Amino acid sequence: MSVVTNTTTIGAIEAPSRRNTELALLAFAVAIPVFAYLNVGLAIDGKVPAGMAGYGLGLALLAGVAHLVVRKWAPYSDPLLLPLATLLNGMGLVLIWRLDQSPRLIATSMRLYKSFSPDAPSQMMYSAVGIAMFVGVLLLLKDHRVLQRYTYISMVVSLVLLLLPLVPGLGADVFGAKIWIRVGGFSIQPGEFAKLVLAVFFSGYLMVKRDALALASRRFMGLYLPRGRDLGPILTIWAVSLLILVFENDLGTSLLFFGMFVIMLYVATERTSWIVMGLLMAVAGAAVVGSTASHVKSRVAAWLDPFGCLETATDQNMLNACDQMTQVLMSFGSGGILGTGLGQGNSDLISFAANSDFIFATVGEELGLAGVMVFLLLYGLIVERGIRTALAARDPFGKLLAMGLSGAFALQIFVVAGGVMGLIPLTGMTMPFLAYGGSSVIANWALIGILIRISDTARRPAPAPAPSPDAEMTQVVRP
Amino acid sequence: MNKPLRRVAIFCGLLVFALLLRDNWLQFVRADELNAHPKNTRVRIERYANERGNIIVDGKPITGSVDSGGNYYKYKRTYVNGPMWAPVTGYASQVYDANQIEKIEDGILTGNDDRLFFDRTLAMFTGDKKKGGDVVTTLSGAAQKAAYEGLGKNTGAVVAIEPSTGKVLALASTPSYDPASIAGSNDEKAWVALNGAKNKPMQNRALREIYPPGSVFKVVTAAAALESGKVTDINAATETPEGWKIPLSRVPMKNHSGGCANASLNEALRVSCNSVFAKLGDDVGRDKMVEMAEKFGFNAEQFTPVRSAASVYDKQADRGGNALSSIGQFNTATTPLQMAMVTAAIANDGKLMKPYMIDKLVAPNLDVIKQNDPEEMSRPVSPENAQKLQQMMENVVSKGTGAKADLNMDGVRVGGKTGTAQHGEKNAKRPYAWFISYAKTDQGSPVAVAVIVEDAEGTNREDISGGGLAAPIAKAVMKAVIKNRG
Repeated sequence: MSVVTNTTTIGAIEAPSRRNTELALLAFAVAIPVFAYLNVGLAIDGKVPAGMAGYGLGLALLAGVAHLVVRKWAPYSDPLLLPLATLLNGMGLVLIWRLDQSPRLIATSMRLYKSFSPDAPSQMMYSAVGIAMFVGVLLLLKDHRVLQRYTYISMVVSLVLLLLPLVPGLGADVFGAKIWIRVGGFSIQPGEFAKLVLAVFFSGYLMVKRDALALASRRFMGLYLPRGRDLGPILTIWAVSLLILVFENDLGTSLLFFGMFVIMLYVATERTSWIVMGLLMAVAGAAVVGSTASHVKSRVAAWLDPFGCLETATDQNMLNACDQMTQVLMSFGSGGILGTGLGQGNSDLISFAANSDFIFATVGEELGLAGVMVFLLLYGLIVERGIRTALAARDPFGKLLAMGLSGAFALQIFVVAGGVMGLIPLTGMTMPFLAYGGSSVIANWALIGILIRISDTARRPAPAPAPSPDAEMTQVVRP
Repeated sequence: MNKPLRRVAIFCGLLVFALLLRDNWLQFVRADELNAHPKNTRVRIERYANERGNIIVDGKPITGSVDSGGNYYKYKRTYVNGPMWAPVTGYASQVYDANQIEKIEDGILTGNDDRLFFDRTLAMFTGDKKKGGDVVTTLSGAAQKAAYEGLGKNTGAVVAIEPSTGKVLALASTPSYDPASIAGSNDEKAWVALNGAKNKPMQNRALREIYPPGSVFKVVTAAAALESGKVTDINAATETPEGWKIPLSRVPMKNHSGGCANASLNEALRVSCNSVFAKLGDDVGRDKMVEMAEKFGFNAEQFTPVRSAASVYDKQADRGGNALSSIGQFNTATTPLQMAMVTAAIANDGKLMKPYMIDKLVAPNLDVIKQNDPEEMSRPVSPENAQKLQQMMENVVSKGTGAKADLNMDGVRVGGKTGTAQHGEKNAKRPYAWFISYAKTDQGSPVAVAVIVEDAEGTNREDISGGGLAAPIAKAVMKAVIKNRG
């Protein structure tokens, strides 16, 4: 980097730790959701919500604990990541709480399950577990390079995690997508955790194999083609992601993993040919599966012409997909530029998964174009801080890991937000931190924890060079 | 490794940028389209989120709103005497959209109209609930009641207009329906039944149905004959042989009554001579006939503001067709509203006022947002000729087929014209009974009426006649209007 910034390690002798900046930003990250909470209460009931103090204190407590842990155990880490994640998590809680109070969603739940339980308290609990995970990562992982030792174990773990939903009796089919498992009353989305573990595996693997992949290759039509034996693992990953697509019926998850792998491969080898190959393979895979798997097909139909397919839908599944898509689009459209205001929209017309897969539509309707752009930029900032951490990291493993995690995060944002806004076909993933769901919150807090750990290592001032024995003997003669 | 890292950073930036672009496309460019999409229930949620404004007749609301306690649509529309007023109000349903005044003035009734912006903003500060404005109509409760009850169980329609202003006083159509029965969110059964019903209760016959007018159209032909100068003295004999042959055919024109040979215009209208008017229409010529009909409003939709169907006078008919058209047969077809307009123009000494049924729009704080003023539409006939037409029509009532419409009131003259329109293949269907009339005092004409009775249950076919079935209804309506005036 030509410009010396706070994240570069070179040049700054006494790099400021920026912990006070983080604290100030955290104050905002807590205050804004509390204000939003008040806003929802006033809009729906016309009075200050009773739970406001509890909510504010809870969020402040979680943020405070996270901050103190960072101050003590990762003092040089990036000051933006924690406040950004806290703000998103806090706003997510407010949005979920807002949807909990929708009489329509309550009525729908009563009709379908004969009971209704608010999701906000559970999400608050998941957030606490998420912060605990974050603290745990910082306490236990003193140096991220330790993870390098677990490269192949990570591979096995990630494959197991990815394939768990396919195990009969464990996996759960939720409206066509099989990306959930049920254990003792809890639904877990293993894909969210697999994202982290896979990044560790890719980093460790590529760090070792990058030279072989980059240099031992033949030139063909301007592209460097790798040797067959180096190609093996890549084809394996491609096959696995296709398997996910076919058997778990989820376009998003497979796109996420394959995309993450291609990005990391490109960063590790600096060969553009990988991107070309990756794109070709992804397109080929998606085209084949997209035209055969019925679940994916209905999602694609809903994406191409949501309103038209309400009439032309061939089965109930496709009709549901199209109906959801039209409701989501109309929700965004009804928000307009400034939105209806929190608590005053009708995004609860999306009666299915309003507070998880489609929570972004509530942002769109109630906070409008302005609000959605703010949220997208917040996510963009997290990605940017993550990539900056990768740039600043001193070791290739840290670089790859930070890049892999930020790249996966960026892809997930794109796949989910693009899906609900109709830019690409909808997939079964959720907005990190915003959407209701324990797996997602916990896994993403762990992701932020790892990024903070890498950035702390990257920004930590280099140890003072050992005093040279010559120095003492040198005499400076002044005239 | 930093060079590819920077490139990936740019790629991630592009991903976010693509999302931002898409969001702008969705929430800025397409916002209005998505917001107004027919599948978007928000339009209806908004429509029923607050107490809806009312439609007012004679200072009293004929609509209402009740809190239905639903999760989707809070308030539900109610109607006072729904079936009677349905042709005026239309319906506002939580599921099936709305029509007529309920639809046209939806913005005012819901309070979302731009003209109510100030009221809304004020309500926001004072903490009041948003409320809809009211639509004040020109209709007369007494006239509407007389019309609706006069039609009774028959299928038909009545339109009454105040000739000097064009205000619609009565607009009845039977069989009718109660808009309240389809206002709620669980009224699918009623909706399906109404739409499938054979007697089409949801059809607004006063505005949307076009009927062959038969003899009542002769008034228009008489106006054309006078205006074109073919006839100057209404009591002078016309050169019309009995059994006048329709041009381009060998069929002689049949009359249903005697004394039509060389009958004067006045006499021909009194006994309703087909031959005289067919020949006059032929003499005037197709283009002049079309011109006259169009001046009265034919061949165009009328907006009251509720749209009416366009009445038809064939512009391409050959000579034979034109002669038949001149006595209200062939392709001639008219809405009851159109015939009321013809009558009103004659009663108003030749000046046709644009018919309208919304007097004013009122904000929740009773400020008048919009006042509709009477508007001249055209002058189909000169005042002198209009008076000649009045003289002839009054003759019909005092000495002819329209005797049953005579009010027998001091200082009130009544003019009218009967019609019994045959229709269907070989005129096999039961004929339509028509009657048009107006009442006139020294201060001008307070009311002009057009009545059609499509199908009178239990009436022998031979007994169906404009003078017998429709004239008493017209009389009741005119009487109600005059009584109501004091």
